[in-house]
Amino acid sequence: MRELWNLFITFAKVGVMTFGGGMAMLPILQREVVQNKGWATDEELTDYFAIGQCTPGIIAVNTATFIGQKQRGVLGGVVATLGMVFPSLVIITALAGLITNFAHVAWVQHAFAGIRVVVCVLIFNAVVKLWKSAVHDAWGALLFAAVLAATLLTGLSPVVYVLLSAVAGIVIQSLQEGRK
Amino acid sequence: MILLQLFYEFFKTGLFAVGGGLATLPFLNDMADRTGWFTRAQLADMLAVSESTPGPIGVNMATYVGFTTAGPLGALVATVGLVTPSVVVILIIAAFLRAFRHNEYVNSAFYGLRPASTAMVAAAGLGVAQLTLLHTELPLSPAFFNWPAIALAAAVLVLTRWVPKVKDWHPIVFIAIGAAVGVIGNF
Repeated sequence: MRELWNLFITFAKVGVMTFGGGMAMLPILQREVVQNKGWATDEELTDYFAIGQCTPGIIAVNTATFIGQKQRGVLGGVVATLGMVFPSLVIITALAGLITNFAHVAWVQHAFAGIRVVVCVLIFNAVVKLWKSAVHDAWGALLFAAVLAATLLTGLSPVVYVLLSAVAGIVIQSLQEGRK
Repeated sequence: MILLQLFYEFFKTGLFAVGGGLATLPFLNDMADRTGWFTRAQLADMLAVSESTPGPIGVNMATYVGFTTAGPLGALVATVGLVTPSVVVILIIAAFLRAFRHNEYVNSAFYGLRPASTAMVAAAGLGVAQLTLLHTELPLSPAFFNWPAIALAAAVLVLTRWVPKVKDWHPIVFIAIGAAVGVIGNF
């Protein structure tokens, strides 16, 4: 029971500290879930994000379900997800009732312009951490560069990159096996 | 029965919107046209609010639409509808991954997936950086760069990476600093 409550509170914290979309959640997850709780590794986070790219729903929710499930089974997955969405429910319901044009208030816009700048830097730092756990050799660096370039230059669905890179991983690894 | 309908509509959205919160947007546009619960103009406002409140954007959108349509209970029902498909799918995948954890092919697949996943996060980060640090609508000149934003980014980069002790601060502290600088500096 205590552990479920812990899951709920931790993911509620992640939810409330996520400003500006799913990717902004990554640095918060690294701090709260990887560093403070030790519930997952950076490596597992990249796995969850990869799977979240090609499964239905929001990546934040997918990640919460994964980590909750890992800790406390099906119930843990459900509780972590409820924790993640709880702050949104409270905040949006309160705001929608109070002021409908909250987003048009000038200082709110200025604050969010500042937050977005910080979020860029935090995502950059998060990527550096992920890189250390995800890229181990020249093949990994090549895959990273190829997918980065393709994502920036084409409008293809992430599902394509996930499938192709999984196949590439299997091919590269079996080639290396063959050479040994 | 509006609550059942809300649940059904958001369940569908959660099931078919693949790849993050903004992927829900086309589904919500379609919902606006078909159900008349809200207009596309209202939807644009909701998106602005969802982007300027904490939490994942998709969840915020569902909550907002649900609340507008049927009050607090509507907010809850729409959000639960949105997340139910992904929770079910992920629970199945998690069980599958556990069973095949030691499978050579699964591990090789992840060996390729991890750099790709990191690259997709990097690309999303670059997208945000482009929007916030540059004025891409302008031609290449000093005005092309958003200098105050770049100065703030450089300062935060130094603080978060190289200043002892400060770099261990919680990310939310830097987000608060960003908000304060944004308000004071009229970003």
